[in-house]
Amino acid sequence: MLEVRDLVKVFDGFVAVGGVSLDAPTGSIGAIIGPNGAGKTTLFNLITGHLRPDRGHVKLDGRDVTGIAPHDLCRLGVGRSFQRTNIFPRLTVFQNVQAAFLSHRGRGGNVMTPVERLYRDETLALLESIGLAARAGEVAAFLSHGGQKQLELGLALALEPAVLLLDEPTAGMSATETREAIRLIERLARERGLTLLFTEHDMEVVFSISERITVLHQGRVIANGTPDEVRRDEAVRRVYLGERH
Amino acid sequence: MRARALWGPLVFVAALLVPALGSRFYTFLANDVIIWALFATSLNLLVGYTGLVSFGHAAYFGVGAYVTGILMKKLAMPFVLAWPAAGVFGAACALVFGFFCVRLTRIYFAMLTLAFAQIVWAICFKWNELTGGEQGMPEIPYPDFGWIERVGASVPLLSWRTAEYFYFLTVVLVAACLWVLHRIVSSPFGRMLTTIRENAERAEFIGVNVRRYELAAFVLAGAFAGLAGGLFGIFNRGVFPDFAYWTKSSEVLIMTLLGGMGTFFGPSIGALVLILLNQQIVSYTEYWPLVLGVVLVVLLFGFPGGIAGAVGAIIGRLFRRARGAEVRGA
Repeated sequence: MLEVRDLVKVFDGFVAVGGVSLDAPTGSIGAIIGPNGAGKTTLFNLITGHLRPDRGHVKLDGRDVTGIAPHDLCRLGVGRSFQRTNIFPRLTVFQNVQAAFLSHRGRGGNVMTPVERLYRDETLALLESIGLAARAGEVAAFLSHGGQKQLELGLALALEPAVLLLDEPTAGMSATETREAIRLIERLARERGLTLLFTEHDMEVVFSISERITVLHQGRVIANGTPDEVRRDEAVRRVYLGERH
Repeated sequence: MRARALWGPLVFVAALLVPALGSRFYTFLANDVIIWALFATSLNLLVGYTGLVSFGHAAYFGVGAYVTGILMKKLAMPFVLAWPAAGVFGAACALVFGFFCVRLTRIYFAMLTLAFAQIVWAICFKWNELTGGEQGMPEIPYPDFGWIERVGASVPLLSWRTAEYFYFLTVVLVAACLWVLHRIVSSPFGRMLTTIRENAERAEFIGVNVRRYELAAFVLAGAFAGLAGGLFGIFNRGVFPDFAYWTKSSEVLIMTLLGGMGTFFGPSIGALVLILLNQQIVSYTEYWPLVLGVVLVVLLFGFPGGIAGAVGAIIGRLFRRARGAEVRGA
């Protein structure tokens, strides 16, 4: 269970996140939506320790993890992906995921074993499940945009997270790619019993897989509930959905 | 893969044969190249593998040279203790300086490494009682090859001068160091370093404590630079403050870039080419730095992967063409 309470972040007088609270119960799939600049990415960065909040706290299974370093948070079972694709471009697809396994299993300090054979089976199995097994030997930078997004998901999953935060996992994808990616994410989340929290622009995607939706506007939560509740919410219709429908 | 594994031993044997096949002058040159190869490879652990550009790597080289020099000359300590001490002191210095350096990134990191190196140089330059100050410390003794020389003298083909015995020792020790460095870069630890080079932010999010790994790489690089310095002081028959001066740092950085920081042996190739070029061109013209500048500009624009990268690309292309011809032929 991930609890976020009253997070506040101010940049030079600009209130990016102004007192956001939300809960992500274990095993649930939740979405955070809101117009550009609503504070979604900042909120993610606050939760994952990338930024230190000015106020408020983040609790993971009752333990206060507010503002701890990303590498420590990883160890506690929080994985994340980034809005702008964020991989190790000049390593192969295999090496990318293998590095995540090595790091997560605490083998990074080992200086004397040849790296090639370590976690080979685990890496290949994970690549299989994210649909990249056939491209294991390719340099990651040469993957398509969708492929790189898949790889990023692989990096996050190699850490065997209990909580997975995905920042616009389908950004820049075509409609078909988006549907496939979402189906993949949903399947993986269900299989592994992940607590999933993601941000997304595509409303169809959001309403099709989320159990809970949190709507941000100008750094504040204006609605929080099931997809049906959010769809009916007046404030949401006015500031957000109204722009599109 | 198999063919590649043979290169190391082959070069090792070739290096051991230099005194037998070449003149004393070539043995001298080869000794110079081999020590610089270790120095440049130690720097490449930072530049090529971790993505940290150090402008002050000569500091650890200088410290190593002074430590071995002082221990052997002033305290008459044997080489087997004085040389490892160079690595230990190089590492210790790198630990202290690195602690601060890895807290900065990019150009600020580079500037701080330079600043620390200049401090080391200033200390070497001014601390007359310990380092001999501006005059340096001439006449560092060779290691004692006592019984080997006595045995060698009675065997016709194995009687060499002390300088050549030292050359053989250098070849063996540097080969051992390079082997260890190669193990390190192909280990899980080495892989973690490359993730930092590729994307430090993402590395944090796969659980890599970036600063700690950077510091570990910095200390290892300092240790091996110290070991290279220890050998160089003896080879040079003296230790001088300019070992730690920024020009030495830039020289080793140029070797690394020239040879190619993308491959393990690139910096060694850089050391070989730079020293040979220097030797050859200086005998034709006094404008050696001009020639070097032109070579570097051409290389950086034409072959950003350095000599090793360019050779690799050419071989790759030839193979592909050969394979393409085969396919068409069939």
